[in-house]
Amino acid sequence: MQSRRVMLALAAFAAGMVVGNATGFAASAEKGKQLFLKNGCWQCHGERGQGAVTGFKLAPDPIPFETLQTFVRTTNRNMPPYREQILSNDDLADIYAYLQSIPKGPDPKSIPLLNQ
Amino acid sequence: MARKGSGQKQSGPNANGPNANGPNVSRRNFMAGVAVAGAATAVSPPDAAVAATAPVADTGDTPARRPSALRPNARMVAAETGIPKELPKSHGPDGSDFMVDVIKTLNIDYVVSNPASSFRALHESLIDYGGNKKPEFITCTHEESSVGMAHGYFKATGKPLMMLCHGTVGLQHATMAIYNAWCDRVPVIVIGGTDLDAAYRAPGVPTYHSALDINALVRDFTKWDDQPVSLQHFAQSMVRAYKIAMTPPHEPVMIALDLGLQQEAMKDHERQSIYIPKYVPTAPPQGDSGAVREAARLLANAERPVIVADRAARTAKGTRLLIELAETLQAPVVDQGARMNMPNTHYLNQTARTAALINNADVVIGLELSDYWATVNSFVDNGADDIGINESKIKPGTKLIGINATPLVTKSNYQDFQRFQVLDVDMVGDAEATLPALIEAVKAAIPNDRKAALEKRGEALKKAYADARDRTRAAAAVAWDAGPVSTARLSMEIYNQIKDLDFSLVSSSGNVSGWPNRLWRMEKHHSWLGSSGGSGVGYGAPAAVGAALGNRDIGGRFSVNIQSDGDLMYAPGVLWTAARHKIPILSVMHNNRGYHQEVMHVQRLANRRNRVAMLGKDRSPIGTSIENPDIDYAGLAKSMGYWTAGPIKDPDQLGPTIKKAVEVVKAGEPALIDVWTQPR
Repeated sequence: MQSRRVMLALAAFAAGMVVGNATGFAASAEKGKQLFLKNGCWQCHGERGQGAVTGFKLAPDPIPFETLQTFVRTTNRNMPPYREQILSNDDLADIYAYLQSIPKGPDPKSIPLLNQ
Repeated sequence: MARKGSGQKQSGPNANGPNANGPNVSRRNFMAGVAVAGAATAVSPPDAAVAATAPVADTGDTPARRPSALRPNARMVAAETGIPKELPKSHGPDGSDFMVDVIKTLNIDYVVSNPASSFRALHESLIDYGGNKKPEFITCTHEESSVGMAHGYFKATGKPLMMLCHGTVGLQHATMAIYNAWCDRVPVIVIGGTDLDAAYRAPGVPTYHSALDINALVRDFTKWDDQPVSLQHFAQSMVRAYKIAMTPPHEPVMIALDLGLQQEAMKDHERQSIYIPKYVPTAPPQGDSGAVREAARLLANAERPVIVADRAARTAKGTRLLIELAETLQAPVVDQGARMNMPNTHYLNQTARTAALINNADVVIGLELSDYWATVNSFVDNGADDIGINESKIKPGTKLIGINATPLVTKSNYQDFQRFQVLDVDMVGDAEATLPALIEAVKAAIPNDRKAALEKRGEALKKAYADARDRTRAAAAVAWDAGPVSTARLSMEIYNQIKDLDFSLVSSSGNVSGWPNRLWRMEKHHSWLGSSGGSGVGYGAPAAVGAALGNRDIGGRFSVNIQSDGDLMYAPGVLWTAARHKIPILSVMHNNRGYHQEVMHVQRLANRRNRVAMLGKDRSPIGTSIENPDIDYAGLAKSMGYWTAGPIKDPDQLGPTIKKAVEVVKAGEPALIDVWTQPR
């Protein structure tokens, strides 16, 4: 478990994916993953933010943080808004760090099962 | 009811009264015994009529009143309160044997049933008199499974099954599956046993299991029902039931079958005159010819027509007709998936571009849509103004055409007809039956000077189709290596092992984001059999087994089922039925360990109310998860006779395991692989 945390942190760091949050502290991809699961994001978007019929793809290559934040706070679509009182700015920044840490998958053209 | 005047030779009363084991009368001769013995003990027969009405002399001056009814003697008391003995073998042809003769004329392959006393006579006749062939008895462990199997069987074969159940408790178990069949326009011949004669049926359980009108329970979602009171009536009702069920729109029908009618012998007069009506199929209803011409005119002159199909292709012929209509118009098809309407390898299947197509359409034709309103409108479940947002998806002036047989069976109570949508050309009729006339009318209506434009439209659609396929593949590649396994990876690992077989995706109850329909080669009508219809959870497992039974008999088809966890746990006993009857089927679990639709609903409401959903010790809101403990589906299926593997959490293990399972299924056995998956 410890090695996994280290790997996630390294992955986030290596990709330059540590973002500043509202309080100025560095966001944590590791904590963000836990928050992504705890707050139900995974339910519609998948555990890796891959998306499904129930929710858009969030990762890899997430949309800019400001765009995501605005959407999360104010959406009037099927996804209800997460207000700050149930998901703080710090937590949202951590979640974003997690999304940034998710590596790109293989090129679909390189996957034989998708090219038959 | 049916016991009265049964034509049986009546025996006289037992002068010695009840024996030590209870009344020495059969149920059938009991009626005669009561009438004669009661009168003989109290008054002489000639006085009997007077006794109940006229006063008689007392010891005093005032005449004593006679009782309004004669007191029963000891034998009568015993007969009224004791448990009747079993019926003796009747002297003539048994009623239920004749019923089997009737059923056999309808060429029904199987009777799916959990055994019950209220149809014991028909059960016995089916296996002993009928030889357990046409229909063959399939032992089910739950009535919901019985109907679900019949549901799947029909969609694989086009033939209905007969389902036998207790008219009360069994039918109550069956109701949700009957509702699914109703919503999915699938015929099932439901026969419920009941013992109508309250005076003579056994007390206790048989009386709990009888009711005045068992059909009332399902009348809101069956097309027709009856309760025959004679064998001739049964013959007519059975053939009529089959005929009604098999006339589009297909629907379940229900017959209440009195146990007395089953058990008693054919009456003397019936032996001379009884007959079995010949079944002659009814031609399906077609759309009005004038409306067909108007629809064709609109389609032929449209710039951006869209064909939307839901239950349009009832048969393989329906698929061919839909292709012909689309190619004639060079119009895109949106396949909503209740049936395999349009091959996804055809460039005119543009389901992946549904939103853009509907938004830009100038003419939309809907073929057997279960929800036309939602096809051209959107509903955003965000609670705005307490109702959510309702928005139109189409441009003002878009012409809407519909062909749908559902209005012929619309009832008031259950709301499966969905929201009301105004159409410009609205045809009540069966879409598949109407398509030949529509195609001819469209060909006649296309102006010569538009043919080049249609070709150009087709070329553009070819490019759009290729682009959409690329986008779909790219979406499937995301989280390809994830564990739990992504639903795209799950689907493609299965496909990789069956792609060279004549596969039939008999059910996909687990909401795997539609990957099979998006990426598998779906070209034949049986490649995909659609969903439940009514979204009643518990359809997937039995429907898959029923469809696999049909595919087995047709031969050459490989049945595969993507099985969700919550669905299987409704009535997992159907796994035993598959093993017991050697039904080859590959079930791969989409085990996301939750009731995922409800996971999202609870989360949505929590957010709306600015509350953090309580998870307890689970990953999803309390009451929505299926974990702690995790269910061992492989162990469950193995205990019922399946070849099993799993749980698999590493996607790289999937391919080799599925390959082994495919060999097991090809050898004629059922197999199940448990896979831990992403939610959707």
